[in-house]
Amino acid sequence: MLSDRVPIEQQLHADKPGLAFGRGRSYGDVCLNPDGVLWLTSGLDKFIHFDEASGMLRCESGVSLRDIQRVFVPRGWMLPVSPGTQLVSVGGAIANDVHGKNHHVHGSFGDHVHRIVLKRTDGSSLECAPHLQPDWFRATVGGLGLTGVISEADIQLRRVEGPWLDAETIPFQRVDEFFPLADASEAEFEYTVAWIDCTSGEAGRGLLMRANHNSDTSWPVTHKAPRTMPLVPPVSLVNALSLKPFNALYYHSNRMRDARAHVFFERFFYPLDNLLEWNRMYGPRGFYQYQSVVPRAAGADATKEMLRQIAKSGEGSFLAVLKTFGARAPLGMLSFPMPGVTLALDFPNRGTKTHALFERLDAVVREAGGRLYPAKDARMPRQLFEAGYAQLGTFLPFRDPGISSAMSRRLLGS
Amino acid sequence: MKRIVIVGATSAIAEHCARCWLETGPADMLLLGRDVPRLERVAADLKARSPDSSLQTAQADFLSPDDIQAWAARAYGAGPVDIVLIAHGTLPDQPQCQADLAASNTAMAINGISPVLFAEAFAGRMQQADHGTLIIIGSVAGDRGRKSNYVYGAAKGLVTRYAQGLQHRLAASQVRVVLVKPGPTDTPMTAHLKEAGTGLAKVEDVARAIVSGAQKGSRTVYAPGKWGLIMMIIRHLPFSVFKKLNI
Ligand SMILES: Cc1cc2nc3c(=O)[nH]c(=O)nc-3n(C[C@H](O)[C@H](O)[C@H](O)COP(=O)(O)OP(=O)(O)OC[C@H]3O[C@@H](n4cnc5c(N)ncnc54)[C@H](O)[C@@H]3O)c2cc1C
Ligand SMILES: NC(=O)c1ccc[n+]([C@@H]2O[C@H](COP(=O)([O-])OP(=O)(O)OC[C@H]3O[C@@H](n4cnc5c(N)ncnc54)[C@H](OP(=O)(O)O)[C@@H]3O)[C@@H](O)[C@H]2O)c1
Repeated sequence: MLSDRVPIEQQLHADKPGLAFGRGRSYGDVCLNPDGVLWLTSGLDKFIHFDEASGMLRCESGVSLRDIQRVFVPRGWMLPVSPGTQLVSVGGAIANDVHGKNHHVHGSFGDHVHRIVLKRTDGSSLECAPHLQPDWFRATVGGLGLTGVISEADIQLRRVEGPWLDAETIPFQRVDEFFPLADASEAEFEYTVAWIDCTSGEAGRGLLMRANHNSDTSWPVTHKAPRTMPLVPPVSLVNALSLKPFNALYYHSNRMRDARAHVFFERFFYPLDNLLEWNRMYGPRGFYQYQSVVPRAAGADATKEMLRQIAKSGEGSFLAVLKTFGARAPLGMLSFPMPGVTLALDFPNRGTKTHALFERLDAVVREAGGRLYPAKDARMPRQLFEAGYAQLGTFLPFRDPGISSAMSRRLLGS
Repeated sequence: MKRIVIVGATSAIAEHCARCWLETGPADMLLLGRDVPRLERVAADLKARSPDSSLQTAQADFLSPDDIQAWAARAYGAGPVDIVLIAHGTLPDQPQCQADLAASNTAMAINGISPVLFAEAFAGRMQQADHGTLIIIGSVAGDRGRKSNYVYGAAKGLVTRYAQGLQHRLAASQVRVVLVKPGPTDTPMTAHLKEAGTGLAKVEDVARAIVSGAQKGSRTVYAPGKWGLIMMIIRHLPFSVFKKLNI
């Protein structure tokens, strides 16, 4: 565990390669380092300074996004970008350059980072920012923890009037309907995201959720205590039998419900955080996430083809999320978001059958000129990584030789 | 505004207690410690969380009765204090304490004598004001001496007996004396245990248990609560069984 009692760079020398570990909310092996050392950042949880007038927050890298939201939302400031869980650290959010439902408006997490302090295993410390050692900055944002250990960061929060959003849900019958609907929604709504019923086959019926902040400043009385999935069921609760009725139910209950709602931000942004350890639902063999992004031009065809492959395989996905990314150039050399459309799926691990499906999905992504999200990957082939991340060569010289992860050994060879 | 004094304010448990208190509204806090830059960092964090709070930091000599007395007087100079939390402590290496009496001496002094002197200095003033909650952090280690950490355990046991006496003395007053006994908790003090794979409670949870126990005025707070039961069993194990345990 890293401590802020001793200079961090002095805590980084080890005989074996190390890796920073935030909250371990990445799905794959990006935050794992078997046989090596993990530097836990959970003790680096202090705010350093907050400027009430400008909304600039300086904090240590182990601070959780939830801590930031809970302290500052009541004061009218919010993180401009947050992923689907707030139980992640600032360091992890930078290292994976995470995105939220408002990418088309606010880009990715790194777009709001104004300064990073990076500690290297050779005992040095450096500061980088968009205009200060910008190469180091672009290597570290989205850098998968491989350029050094981030000790602190400056993050620009954004103003909000209150903690509520006005959300609406619109059903669509086919993926082809999704694209015009998403485009129209992006013009008027800060948040857009769609859920796809994978069991509906290639058609891809689904629900598009879109929302804006509203000006209600009231505050709910208590925070809901999280519920925990009580135990690991002996088999996966997610299989074709449970999934079809589940998806149909979800689809119809949402469709029939009043399509407009006044939603508390935590419920809107982090629906799964109330069900801690929800992943146990998938049984002891766990599950895989598969998140791709493909350029817009190829988007509709590629998405339909992936849905067709999934339907054909019978490996239903419980959560299938479809979202268009805005037209921003990716910030980090290895940042995942790029202009286009992203599809996030998860599958219970059923061994070779699941892997065979992944290979067919890989082929679609590669063909479309897309890439996979390292934060959610444990298995992509190295060629797909190299093809998807054109700036890999530029990134490599910024690596810290004392740092390595299971993922870097798998995809970068060391 | 509530007036709060934290002794050993750089302790992770104390820091999280402070965060909990500030969630309910701004406070006037005096943070005592031995290392000023570290105290300043804790104060900056708390200030960012609660900009309307007043946060003062000060360096104290934790083994000097005069210094301890002087800081209690200074804290009361500005009026009665609502909460005093005495949190400092250090987990010594037991074999080293056995081999080196100076190490034993330091461990006993900082974990046993020092907190008791702080408590005594504040208790008198609280009694005079007939107001306030005095929270002292002991440990489950003080409930029964064990071979793995009995020097530390003995010092914490001293704190336990002292708190009992103080509770007796102040029973008729409005002053509450709360003895906290944390179980193994994930803080810098136990970083080496975590590496060895020991299950540790989250510091946020321990802090919440302390704050809510103090609010209720409980005399003893085990944090997390399950340690009350575990220690009852350990205290009552017959020696013939206890001696076989490698704890
Ligand atoms: C329910 C759920 C929903 C999610 N939704 C989204 C989403 O909508 N969008 C999205 O983008 N992601 C999403 N994610 C993924 C998650 O946001 C990322 O994996 C995030 O990076 C996890 O942060 P962490 O603190 O847990 O980091 P970890 O998982 O512990 O580590 C992630 C990477 O960050 C590095 N790292 C951590 N701390 C530091 C540091 N101090 N210095 C340098 N490197 C560091 C690690 O080495 C590793 O490479 C979701 C995850 C879950 C579980
Ligand atoms: N963590 C556990 O598992 C656990 C279990 C039971 C009881 N406790 C007790 O809980 C209390 C808080 O501990 P923690 O877990 O929060 O540990 P911590 O974060 O390591 O804090 C220890 C605190 O004690 C201070 N301290 C240590 N030696 C000192 C000395 N010689 N002079 C002055 N101050 C000194 C430290 O000051 P510096 O910052 O200047 O070093 C720091 O403020 C302690 O009384 C501890 O015994 C802890």
